[in-house]
Amino acid sequence: MRRNQAFTRRWRGLAVPFAAIVLWALVARLDLVNSALLVSPAKVLDTGRELLSSGVLWLNLRASLARELTGFVIGTGSGLVLGGLLGLWPRFNRIVGPSFNTFKQISLFAWIPLISVWFGLGDVAKVVFLSLAALVPVVVNTADGMRSTPATLLEVARVYGYTRAKTIWHVVLPSAAPAIFTGVYLALVYSWLATIGAEYLLVSGRGVGNLLIEGSEHFRMDLVLFGMVAIGLVGWLMNASARTLERALARRLGR
Amino acid sequence: MASTLSYRVAAPAASGRQRLQGMARGAEPFLLPIALFALWAVGAAQGWISAQVLPSPQFVWETLSDLATSGDLWLHAQASLQRVLVGFVVGSALGLLLGAAMGLSKTAEDYLLPTFNALVQIPVLGWLPFVLLLVGIGEPLKYILIAKAALVPVTLGTLQGFRQTPATLLEVGNVYGYSRRQQVLEIVVPTAMPTLFTALRLGFTKAWLSLVVVELVASSEGLGYLIVYGRQLFQLDLVMAAVIVVGALGYAIDRLLDWAEARVAARHGARPTPKGLL
Repeated sequence: MRRNQAFTRRWRGLAVPFAAIVLWALVARLDLVNSALLVSPAKVLDTGRELLSSGVLWLNLRASLARELTGFVIGTGSGLVLGGLLGLWPRFNRIVGPSFNTFKQISLFAWIPLISVWFGLGDVAKVVFLSLAALVPVVVNTADGMRSTPATLLEVARVYGYTRAKTIWHVVLPSAAPAIFTGVYLALVYSWLATIGAEYLLVSGRGVGNLLIEGSEHFRMDLVLFGMVAIGLVGWLMNASARTLERALARRLGR
Repeated sequence: MASTLSYRVAAPAASGRQRLQGMARGAEPFLLPIALFALWAVGAAQGWISAQVLPSPQFVWETLSDLATSGDLWLHAQASLQRVLVGFVVGSALGLLLGAAMGLSKTAEDYLLPTFNALVQIPVLGWLPFVLLLVGIGEPLKYILIAKAALVPVTLGTLQGFRQTPATLLEVGNVYGYSRRQQVLEIVVPTAMPTLFTALRLGFTKAWLSLVVVELVASSEGLGYLIVYGRQLFQLDLVMAAVIVVGALGYAIDRLLDWAEARVAARHGARPTPKGLL
């Protein structure tokens, strides 16, 4: 009886999307809505298959992902350094902290026009933007994590006569590890979101966002819909893999 | 028989050196901004950077005051604020309904949550071309996208709030023979209030962020539009002035929500809520 319940609940989740797709296909087949935008689900699938087989999707996806990864690595790297400094050096935190907090308040996208003037419209500007998008969560979480080392642990380190370096390596870092990981995970998510946005605003070159924009400019709803699905899937994949990684790490660190 | 009078010992007067240190500490947050500002002013004055790449501070200030006095600033700010308010209200209302429905009924959650989670995977910007094709480039586009941005955190937060009713309170309700309706109205909803408010606050922040993005991509008035317009005409002073206004407004709203959240928490009993990243 219990197993039946869980089974039923799983299937319920599919009810709404299934009904929606059926409704959509019906409307398209029966030509109920007079609009050039109405494409049938079959058409979307066809377009998708075409994009996949012709390699266009992969080309654009690869370009987007490459940029995102570059920005992510640069942003996370510098973020870890900056966050570490802010977390471990109180004076630095007092001088730089407030300015950084003010900076992160302003929506990152608002900087794009300025970035585009200083760095052009190409890949460099996009990577700069993505690095910033990744930097912010890493800095905030790293600094936070390092500052929140439980006092008890620090006292134990002092009792054992640990040098500052040893304290940091053996006490502060492991205790800050979950927070740092959260920061890195958020950086991945934010840099993916920023990638799409950057492609809208710095229109040049290839990318998944460019696919979407093209689709909307040429009124190709099938392109737009398929692009949306692709973006959603990539985002979901990132979320899922980050979660799995987090669980594995938590197990290893014995939490 | 020592008396047990407690003595109030006055704090020793701060020595001159301590006072100096205190003042130095107070000044520290401003060191970096002042240094950067000085660098900016000098750089612009000396012509190290062309005015097209980075206009002088005075220029930006003049543009800002011009905008304010000519009423243009208010015009655009009002357009932006109106959009974010409408979008936020619509999105939150829907979010509250959806979250409440899913929170109170497992059946509803079974049917709706998976689809909701899937749709959430697509960011607001991902929805833009789709909605653009459906409703064109006018106001509804902005309202819909901003509503979507607010909907997500509000729904999830409401769902969580309705789920987290302490079991002890529910048991008390059972003991008193509460009907389902009484249980919901008098136990579930009040205990969910702080979480709900935090969710609403997060929703507003997201709404504000999406406002800026959407205005950058597709609008003909508003603060984001000012930024793009200035950029296209290479009037960087306008761009920077608009960015400053966006930042200031966002900050002011954030402070306001902070204050409001503290009031709600004080009234309904603070519950530890994760101050996640926005």
